[in-house]
Amino acid sequence: MNRISKLLLCPMLAALLAAPINSATAAETAKSKSSKSKPAPAAASAKAAPDAAPAASVPQYQYSTRPAAIAGGANPFNRLLKVAKIPHQAASNDEIHDPTNEGSMILQPPLEAYEGLPQTETGLGNGVNWVKALDDGNIKPRWERTDPSAEPMVMDMNIVRVPKSSMPDVVFPHRQHTLWLACSNCHPDIFIPRKGANQINMAAIILGQKCGVCHGKVSFPVSECKRCHSQPKQVAVNGGGPQ
Amino acid sequence: MTSRLRSHIPLPALGLFPGAVMMLGVFMLLTPFPSSAEYGDVVINKRAEQAGMRPVIFPHWFHRIRFRCRVCHTEVGFEIRAGSNNILMADIIEGRFCGKCHNNKIAWGPQNCQLCHSGLPGLESGVIGGPTTGGPSKW
Repeated sequence: MNRISKLLLCPMLAALLAAPINSATAAETAKSKSSKSKPAPAAASAKAAPDAAPAASVPQYQYSTRPAAIAGGANPFNRLLKVAKIPHQAASNDEIHDPTNEGSMILQPPLEAYEGLPQTETGLGNGVNWVKALDDGNIKPRWERTDPSAEPMVMDMNIVRVPKSSMPDVVFPHRQHTLWLACSNCHPDIFIPRKGANQINMAAIILGQKCGVCHGKVSFPVSECKRCHSQPKQVAVNGGGPQ
Repeated sequence: MTSRLRSHIPLPALGLFPGAVMMLGVFMLLTPFPSSAEYGDVVINKRAEQAGMRPVIFPHWFHRIRFRCRVCHTEVGFEIRAGSNNILMADIIEGRFCGKCHNNKIAWGPQNCQLCHSGLPGLESGVIGGPTTGGPSKW
């Protein structure tokens, strides 16, 4: 490899690695802060969020960057590259609302609304398990704009998709989707309602097609793998080898 | 610091280029920190700033507590794809789009400019506050 190609490679590598390393260092600084003050991992984020006082009763989501027992131990590197930021900020401090706008201060902070709602395992997205909240009756969103008593027409049918990879099978539950959506929201524009007519892959989903039209924007993000890939693969006794 | 980072970088080639570590530092400074906006917030700025108003921020989370997806995306007529709705203030005042509910009957009316037009100047339209996984594209 000659010198010029090396020079070209450098910025490319840097660009590729900049984002994850950025988050890694952010997490590490947070860690070093917490290890100085207290062994509890919650200390850093609690200090960093003094303005989240109204939501004190709501358990703040803690990114599990390391096990609590090993403080600055053998492997302090943020292996999962979790981003250390404070989620669910109020409009006055969320970096998209204008804090000088009077209206921003009137808006409800997310954590106030999420109080008492079931949380997700990962805390990603809104950190709220919206389907469970609906099932448990924590929220009662209207199905029709003006009629609070209207009930959705629920269709309870699971569709199992077998991925080509080693990931567990995907179980698509119509029930949870028809609780929120009308058939025409997905069919036939996003999914052709015919068995075998839809090619779905994770790349397309991540690029915002198929499931990714909602999942990754509004509904739980694709990083919650297990919520879709939820059924163990049916593997033959010989491990799928020749019969 | 750098040695610790370098030892975990999966590309052994990086160690060969001392300049690369410096470049990384530069990129780290340039990369903006992820916004702590709420997941699913939509910035609508097709016309707002050109007309001298702050960009509109639509909070999905707030609305989905009160209405199911179907209400807005079927009954009210919002297309799901960001950017495919041409929302004019005149429409809203006449009772279309947001104005179907924001009419002082179901929810507060369009005279409360600053509750919607509350974004920081210069925001680009689109769904932000996600994705938390950081995919290869802008979702």
